[in-house]
Amino acid sequence: MKERLVLVGNGMAGMRAIEELLKISSDIYDIAVFGAEPHGNYNRIMLSPVLTGEKKFPDIMLNDIAWYAENGITLHAGKEVERIERGSRKVVARDGTSANYDRLLLATGSVPFIIPVPGKDLPGVVTFRDINDVEAMLGAAHHHKRAVVIGGGLLGLEAANGLLRQGMDVTVVHLLDTLMERQLDRAAADLLKAALEERGLRFLMQVQTEAILGDARVRAVRFRDGTEIAADLVVMAVGIRPNIALAKSAGLYCERGVVVSDTMQTYDPRIYALGECVQHRGQTYGLVAPLFEQAKVCANHLAELGFARYTGSMSSTKLKVTGIDLFSAGDFQSAEGCEEIVLKDAGRGVYKKVVLKNNRICGAVMYGDTLDGSWYFQLMRDSTDVANLREKLLFGQAHLGDAGHGNIRSRVASMLDSTEICGCNGVCKGAIVKAIGDKKLFTLDEVRAHTKASSSCGSCTGLVEALLASTLGGDYSMTPKKRPMCTCTDHAHDEIRSAILDLEMKSIRAVMDRLEWKSPDGCNKCRPALNFYLLTAWPGEYVDDNQARFINERAHANIQRDGSYSVVPRIWGGETTPAQLKAIAEIAEKYRVPTVHITGGQRIDLLGVVKENLPAMWGDLSAAGFVSGHAYGKAIRTVKTCVGRNWCRFGTQDSTAVGIDLEKMAWGAWMPHKVKLAVSGCPRNCAEATIKDFGVVCVDSGYELHIGGNGGVKVRVTDFLCGVKTPHEVLEYCAAFLQCYREEAHYLERTAPWVERVGLAYVRQRVVEDESGRKILAARFRYSQQFAQVDPWAERAKGVDRHEFIPLKRVG
Amino acid sequence: MNTIKKVMQIADDWTEIGALDEIPRQGARVVKCASGDIAVFRTLNDEVFALRDCCPHQGGPLSQGMVHGREVTCPLHDWKIHLDTGIAVAPDEGCAARYPVRVKSGRVFLSLTAQVAGTSTSP
Repeated sequence: MKERLVLVGNGMAGMRAIEELLKISSDIYDIAVFGAEPHGNYNRIMLSPVLTGEKKFPDIMLNDIAWYAENGITLHAGKEVERIERGSRKVVARDGTSANYDRLLLATGSVPFIIPVPGKDLPGVVTFRDINDVEAMLGAAHHHKRAVVIGGGLLGLEAANGLLRQGMDVTVVHLLDTLMERQLDRAAADLLKAALEERGLRFLMQVQTEAILGDARVRAVRFRDGTEIAADLVVMAVGIRPNIALAKSAGLYCERGVVVSDTMQTYDPRIYALGECVQHRGQTYGLVAPLFEQAKVCANHLAELGFARYTGSMSSTKLKVTGIDLFSAGDFQSAEGCEEIVLKDAGRGVYKKVVLKNNRICGAVMYGDTLDGSWYFQLMRDSTDVANLREKLLFGQAHLGDAGHGNIRSRVASMLDSTEICGCNGVCKGAIVKAIGDKKLFTLDEVRAHTKASSSCGSCTGLVEALLASTLGGDYSMTPKKRPMCTCTDHAHDEIRSAILDLEMKSIRAVMDRLEWKSPDGCNKCRPALNFYLLTAWPGEYVDDNQARFINERAHANIQRDGSYSVVPRIWGGETTPAQLKAIAEIAEKYRVPTVHITGGQRIDLLGVVKENLPAMWGDLSAAGFVSGHAYGKAIRTVKTCVGRNWCRFGTQDSTAVGIDLEKMAWGAWMPHKVKLAVSGCPRNCAEATIKDFGVVCVDSGYELHIGGNGGVKVRVTDFLCGVKTPHEVLEYCAAFLQCYREEAHYLERTAPWVERVGLAYVRQRVVEDESGRKILAARFRYSQQFAQVDPWAERAKGVDRHEFIPLKRVG
Repeated sequence: MNTIKKVMQIADDWTEIGALDEIPRQGARVVKCASGDIAVFRTLNDEVFALRDCCPHQGGPLSQGMVHGREVTCPLHDWKIHLDTGIAVAPDEGCAARYPVRVKSGRVFLSLTAQVAGTSTSP
């Protein structure tokens, strides 16, 4: 017989845990769900738009009644559980319905706080918590005129806005002198208040409610100072508290919430709890993103996998009032040792404040323009050093050299449905918004899986996140702070890299076994990453795993859309000879290459080669003196140069020779991602060195070194690293930079985001300031190059990996 | 399981295509046929599967993809295909034709009669 799992609380947190569980393992439990409300599971976040009339109740349904039946789940809707009999492992509802459990999941959510004043129970006094409350408010709005909302926090303002939109006269009364004091500082709160007043809301600040007056129905609200205000409807929205009554009565240990461990278990290990009712490491949570993280952990343990841990969440808030953009995260009230960067433009109604501590963002408040909220939040959670971004921080991510997408990163909400969001996969805004609604998507990963938007080059990730935020009303689930390498593991890239060194693991198998991989042999994401990390950690020792490489690197050529391949021979520094050109021309003719293309990296691309012909073609190229150009790999690609002092009347140094020396030193190295170099002979910079991963600009006094540039998806101009005097130093600094990058960046992270993540100051310290460290890094690079500089084409022309290039059999 | 059994009985056009060891573990080889290429996969656990070498998405050669577990990732756009059924891993939708394949004494035998998932194999 299957074990029995009972969920008490048919809300977003509990049902998310059930859905996560079904995803992992659909048949280990007989599942029964008790919910106090007589509905399926609906999206509570969207109650505000239902109140304003922008949405209807069916629009916000997540799991309708039929869904439970389809998934073999018994739903007891409208049955509030009254007690848990832990001895006999049974829950009993108010109407006597009972269910036995082997495991119990409590997700009882929270209850609105009711201020204990006379008249609190009068008809016409409501809270704002569930669809019932919303319907009561909508009903009141039909028949009555005057509403008073007690509480100027997030919930109160959303209720007030909704009632206003329904045509009521609304007054918000608040105990303190600023609105949303838990999310906003005074400046932002004042802007918000002014904007809401302009819409017609009235505010009474610093007033304390003393009584609610009325007989058959509420008539007025009286304050401590004796004044009264007429009211036909009173909404109490002064806060929520975890709903712990059931847990407490069952003798489970509770403080403010039901106390749970990192595995989401209560003091009774058979009983799990999650959501707004729990207290984890002293924290309670009321937003959806943390609840979903908890749901994942819960499901992991219920499925008896047993390795996930919940370690707490950072959260951010947006106000769901149409037309008002507001974002808040972290500690935004400046404390000792903090600095504030503030931008205030009253005319445009924009206010942004970012609070820094030790050059890291610890909080942010934004009003009027919140597009970069998710970016600040990401920087905050990643604890990114923002010293170099400081000057531009408040102008947003679009101002960081984001030439590719700068202008469309404006307001997603105002875009047409037909606006293309993901250029790689041709996904329009309308398709994404529809998928978010129809398929009930909450996270970036879900949107990627269903629509493919932002799943290729990733440059539209910010737009997709903004769309998620605007569609879901802001409270969507952002990617968790610690990003596991892939779904096969819970470990992040850095953890795995250091474990490889610390535990001296020298094979992919060893890593997967030791770090408890969840899949038998990884996936297309983790295997290449592990292969690269091992190769970098143990040069000369680790044996490259062909099956852990993407086809291009396995076949040493670029697969094309028709399944043919392209061949790009290395042309050192972009300088060639008539003899070389003739050889290439003859080979191209011999193998009937349909297209010959000059690449952006000063080389020649031979396209449309049938796989079986590759080894023979490489043999001919080898005989003519060519080696692989690694145009197909996460590797050193090209070193682009100009003609420099030898010819150019402006040239200051021999840029071509420096470029060739760099390429001879660096070719063959496997890297976290592709790496492009360039050397320009003068500051006119014809080789475009300042958008390369490592660029050299020759000047009269020597060589300027630049790092972290990118001319691709997101154009980024390099950062100036330092100036050096001699070509010898150029090589040493370059080797050290490349080694530092390949040892520390995440797989598939280009130098540009890597430099932004670790900070230019850090790279300078490692490569420029620490002289002996630099020499050690450069020596490690050169050591590893001994093993890397073997031409893969020559080897394969001689028969290595022959099976890769020929069919197993021809039939018929 | 039932379906596979039936296929085994019905398929009588077994062609020997080579030794198991000629297919790399976690890899694939191509069998060239007049009617088009067939990709023959070998998993980490030495299970062998055969699919039409053509991704249901845009026709990418699945034989060139990375094999992990019982799935292959298409090299063109990262679609994942179940090796045992040819069906794309959700939420993607599509199916590559599947060919019966068996291993006997280290030799691999392939039937050239395609099976499309979901269609009945009984006469």
